[in-house]
Amino acid sequence: MGRERIERMFAGVRERERPGLIVFLTAGFPDMEATLELVPALVAAGADAVELGVPFSDPLAEGPTIQQSSFLALQNGVTTADCLQAAETLRPLIPDAPLVLMGYYNPVFSYGVAPFAARCRSAGVDGIIAVDLPGAESGPLAAQCQSRDISLIPLLAPTSTAASIAESCRAASGFVYCVSVTGVTGARTEVSGRGLELVGRVRAHTALPLAVGFGISAPEHVAEVGSVADAAVVGSALVRVMLDSPRDQLVERASAFVASLAGRTPQPAPGQYIPGQYTSEASR
Amino acid sequence: MLGAWLCAPTGLVFGGGGWFWVWWRWFGWFGVVMDVRGGVEWGGQWGLVGGIFGLGVLVMVGGRMGVFPDERGRFGDFGGMFVPETLMAAVAELDDAYNGVKGSEGFQGRLAGLLASYVGRPTPLYYAENLSRHLGGARIYLKREDLAHTGAHKINNALGQALLAQSMGKRRIIAETGAGQHGVAAATACAMLGLECIVYMGEEDIRRQSLNVYRMRLLEAEVVSVTSGTRTLKDAINEAIRDWVTNVETTHYLIGSVVGPHPYPVMVRDFQCVIGWEARAQILAAEGRLPDYVMACVGGGSNAIGTFHPFVGDEDVRLVGLEAGGKGLESGEHSATLTAGRPGVLHGAMTYLLQDADGQVSPAHSISAGLDYPGVGPEHSYLKDSGRAEYREVTDGQALEGFHLLCRTEGIIPALESAHAVYGAAQLAPALGGDAVILVCLSGRGDKDIGIVAGAEDVEI
Repeated sequence: MGRERIERMFAGVRERERPGLIVFLTAGFPDMEATLELVPALVAAGADAVELGVPFSDPLAEGPTIQQSSFLALQNGVTTADCLQAAETLRPLIPDAPLVLMGYYNPVFSYGVAPFAARCRSAGVDGIIAVDLPGAESGPLAAQCQSRDISLIPLLAPTSTAASIAESCRAASGFVYCVSVTGVTGARTEVSGRGLELVGRVRAHTALPLAVGFGISAPEHVAEVGSVADAAVVGSALVRVMLDSPRDQLVERASAFVASLAGRTPQPAPGQYIPGQYTSEASR
Repeated sequence: MLGAWLCAPTGLVFGGGGWFWVWWRWFGWFGVVMDVRGGVEWGGQWGLVGGIFGLGVLVMVGGRMGVFPDERGRFGDFGGMFVPETLMAAVAELDDAYNGVKGSEGFQGRLAGLLASYVGRPTPLYYAENLSRHLGGARIYLKREDLAHTGAHKINNALGQALLAQSMGKRRIIAETGAGQHGVAAATACAMLGLECIVYMGEEDIRRQSLNVYRMRLLEAEVVSVTSGTRTLKDAINEAIRDWVTNVETTHYLIGSVVGPHPYPVMVRDFQCVIGWEARAQILAAEGRLPDYVMACVGGGSNAIGTFHPFVGDEDVRLVGLEAGGKGLESGEHSATLTAGRPGVLHGAMTYLLQDADGQVSPAHSISAGLDYPGVGPEHSYLKDSGRAEYREVTDGQALEGFHLLCRTEGIIPALESAHAVYGAAQLAPALGGDAVILVCLSGRGDKDIGIVAGAEDVEI
């Protein structure tokens, strides 16, 4: 499936009124069982795709919220292999929603670029976003992804030059991620005008779907982004809700937040995770 | 590549947009020229020169042969630009700006003037006769970077980058610091040039290095306490990068070591190479020959690269870096990145890293806060893998021995970082004959470490 699942999802989004909604959550925060319960519930609540954050010790593009979730996941002993295992467990539970791994390059490099791409393929991961791997350095991972039909999704920023936009769009598949601000991840009170302007600049170079992220935290932001781009990505605002929720209300509150972003009321999840189904790589 | 100069037998000449090193006498009418714009490249650009009547015409024949770093900022497999897309334009802008000033007489002249009148360069090369006699063996020379303004080599780079930022029109400077030496150097350069200065420092280091924190505040820098992660240097760099991502258009990130994305490793190296070039000329004057060993401590590795680099092309000179062995490699509490780490990506570069099996960066440890870093400059990774330099570890206890040895024999209180290099030399010297020469970079003075030494030895002051 891979790239094709992403393409199908965006084709569906383009046929309807409402913009696409991509949610980000850190894998293994507050624990891996929670991640496995949350993802199908959030898809049922209206998320069209899920970015699963792979925790890293030095998340230098993250604001305080995702730094904290990443740090807590690592404290739980979550490894890259665990995240891939979680993706594999989730795959049949969300058959139509693209699953994208988002993280930093060192854990990928340490796992081995080719084994990582191969494991992504076998786990049913559709795309990869590596925050600190700009186009100029992405060659080895891009080659491994391409041969396995996995999208390596480029990030573009308001500071991106015309040349780097053109180059990234040429090599891209799946969709292009537009970073709406010059800054780190984190909820902001309004959508940055520079982010919307960036969408226009990127649109001139590609027909691929465009998603806008960083700082998107409210239903009106999603609608505003939807007026120019195909999808909005909500990360820190969701993780903030998770940080603030007691464990027994976590799934319910996170689902309600995602439903509000999608302009819907929560639905029961079609595929539901049965506790105990997941075993971490380490414990196997 | 064309240029003209007065025909000196050997030395640096200016022409063709930069400095060239020329060996003239050996070949009569023809000489050998080496492109040293931005420092000598290992296996770099060479050519032939010809001249008439004491005036030379410089003609570079032969091409680039394995020049490092390449245009992508790679030293072999190491280095590169592993940064978020938001920073790519800034990194490229910095690269352009730096290439612009590299061969500029105006910029280099201003820097050289300040290094002489403000920093106090050239720093002396001191023959440590008592230490040498005490050890019995090689003659040990100390390159006295501890005598530079602010008490360490860090000012060479801080001044260079602050001048560059000023020429780029960036008036807001951010920096990270571990022991506080780079923070003090950055704050000093900013105070002198009238630039705003914000220094990120781990909460843990602020506690350990209160003297330097106060020095920075006296210099009117803002010191920001970093409470994320391990609350030390690595996290201070993360936080500085987050600031840079946010304020990239108005801000220059003044990195303190030969780490980070291209062009930082090469730019910081070039600013620090003044150590090695001076030492090379001084040892030739003192001994009439090059040293057998050049030794320096390695955390991020800026004083070591600055000392090593001008000797890289001299194949008979052995380059030895001393890493912090902390409480011993087997304890897991150390900063011996090149000895015990493996390649990975941190802070913008592919380089050796201390990391766990999952690629999570491990906390580093050293008695000296300035060596307490789980990464290392990518050029050191290259020098290690190519076999040109070797790296050994010196434990906390051994560094304290080196510290006392230098206090006792020479009346010099070294920084704990530099004490690692002193110990390395002391270990080596007795095994070498009296004809052998060791050059040690004494990168900083030890005033800042008095409290730590007293604490480690249960002395109340």
